[in-house]
Amino acid sequence: MDIQEIIKPENLVYAKPKLLNDNPMHYCPGCSHGVVHKLAAEVIEEMGLEDKTIGVAPVGCAVFAYNYIDIDWVEAAHGRAPAVATAVKRLNPDKMVFTYQGDGDLAAIGTAETIHAANRGENIVIIFINNGIYGMTGGQMAPTTLVGMKTATCPHGRNVELNGYPLKISNLIAQLDGACYVTRQSVQNANAVKKTKKALRKAFENAMNRKGTSVVEVVSTCASGWKMTPDQANKWMEVHMFEKYPLGDLKDVTEGN
Amino acid sequence: MAEEVKLMKGNEAIAHAAIRYGCDGYFGYPITPQSEVMETLMDEAPWETTGMVVLQAESEVAAINMVYGGAACGKAVMTSSSSPGVSLKQEGISYMAGAELPGLIVNIMRGGPGLGTIQPSQADYFQTTKGGGHGDYRLITLAPASVQEMADFVKLGFDLSFKYCNPAMILSDGIIGQMMEKVVLPDYQPRRSEEQIRKDCPWSTLGKPESRGRNVITSLELDSAEMEKNNIRFQKKYKEIEENEIRYEEINCENPEYLIVAFGSSARICQKVMEIAASEGVKVGLLRPITLWPYPYKAIHDLGVKVKGILCMELNAGQMIEDVRLAVECKVPVVHYGRLGGIVPDPSEVWEAMKAKLDIKTSHSDKTTAETGDSIDPDQLKEVISNLNKMVP
Repeated sequence: MDIQEIIKPENLVYAKPKLLNDNPMHYCPGCSHGVVHKLAAEVIEEMGLEDKTIGVAPVGCAVFAYNYIDIDWVEAAHGRAPAVATAVKRLNPDKMVFTYQGDGDLAAIGTAETIHAANRGENIVIIFINNGIYGMTGGQMAPTTLVGMKTATCPHGRNVELNGYPLKISNLIAQLDGACYVTRQSVQNANAVKKTKKALRKAFENAMNRKGTSVVEVVSTCASGWKMTPDQANKWMEVHMFEKYPLGDLKDVTEGN
Repeated sequence: MAEEVKLMKGNEAIAHAAIRYGCDGYFGYPITPQSEVMETLMDEAPWETTGMVVLQAESEVAAINMVYGGAACGKAVMTSSSSPGVSLKQEGISYMAGAELPGLIVNIMRGGPGLGTIQPSQADYFQTTKGGGHGDYRLITLAPASVQEMADFVKLGFDLSFKYCNPAMILSDGIIGQMMEKVVLPDYQPRRSEEQIRKDCPWSTLGKPESRGRNVITSLELDSAEMEKNNIRFQKKYKEIEENEIRYEEINCENPEYLIVAFGSSARICQKVMEIAASEGVKVGLLRPITLWPYPYKAIHDLGVKVKGILCMELNAGQMIEDVRLAVECKVPVVHYGRLGGIVPDPSEVWEAMKAKLDIKTSHSDKTTAETGDSIDPDQLKEVISNLNKMVP
């Protein structure tokens, strides 16, 4: 089969979502952001919410999410995305509003905004990329950095006496009555990608059906920050990150409702 | 229909005026002496009538970022707080200025620094007019001197902030916030529809139709050349505001011998000072800046250079006096009088200080009268302070 034959629409088994534009992404090779961006774009498109969706971008590597997905975006101050999204959704109840945040943004500087938005049961989706490191600022310690893991600000490894423990914030959020769906997924292989997409679809449906706050944590790699090849990073994540952050649903009170 | 005159506190007037303006959302956090703004809104429950959203946030930081989010959608949104809380809002104010978003912030000032006191103060003048947050930005600042102006400046503040896509602040204090006065509330105007907002604010993030590219509200620009262009655009806008939006009031200012420059509650106290001065044969005029930024430099200069001396009375250690001195280019003596930490001076105390500092000679036999307008009655002032003393921070 020649290339012309392969790219005929009837032979395509995979396509780039229309909402994902052609701007070259600034993400490093092997970074999970690109995959999660694509999944979010696919879900928005499949639900027909292109003209109804407002994304709230964080401060961190995904600060430029607004350059890649062709929807309206608000760029929030560091950690404030859930507060920004709260107002966007409350003032526009018929819109689809989601935040896209990293671990530093969501679980350190934005802890209060995250917890309280979820506790109020804001009808938003929080997409949470957890790679255990501050990527954009050059690989410093994050609240989710594993014990013993080396970063620029814990060069000898995270020490609990000095730095405390990795924060499992999704487990915390799952305790809140306002949160309807909290799940932890990953995107390191085809099966994981499929599951994450399913989770995102469910989260977006929850928001449109006003069921409360949905959080989709995606345990991710940061090959650059971890100083590994993309392949090594995926393997390291499966062994070490998944041990501390096991995948699966942490809470789902939406079934059958 | 006859105008409906009501008696209420300044803080309450702000809440009622917001609903009547067609405000889309209020996001606040309790702090004395301004909690009546949110309390009144919650009591009025405008979500059942006009559809206005009222939400108690988890912090002042969250509240201002909710304002940022609402403003990004082209909505008329506001927050209110008092000094320590307004310090926390500076991040969001800077981001709003950087993203060129409209929005109204109310600061009912109390004495600082730090947790300070809940008594009235004007010590946030520098913070408000000279920066506060980071970066080269300006904040449109309105200083009401009466409960009526508290109500009126809600509309003015929103209108200016939308006209220039820049945040605006009502800078008041515990006296005007807590004092009860007669007020005529503005008429109800409807909230704008989504269709109207899309037309008026084509930059708003209300969902991207096929007919336009995506809208992005951001203050980020990593390319310095572009960031400089953005800053130049901001500065051009600030210049336009300085040219078009200066507001001030002159009272008893036909050929005065001396001048007082004071804003907000201090101006009301100084109206009484003018009466006392007149009874001792001295004609004192009052120039009251209404916009603290843009500042009425020219008006103060034109009047100021004709008098023997100027008193700048403010409830702080001397902040606005720097602008008064700039205005008159040190051509006339400019002195300061103020009390600190929440103490409010009596009009006679101000007059005695003014006489001493400017070496004013008086003669009771030359008694004149002054058109000094509606000053605060010292007894009423004492009552406001005494009520504040009963409050908890």
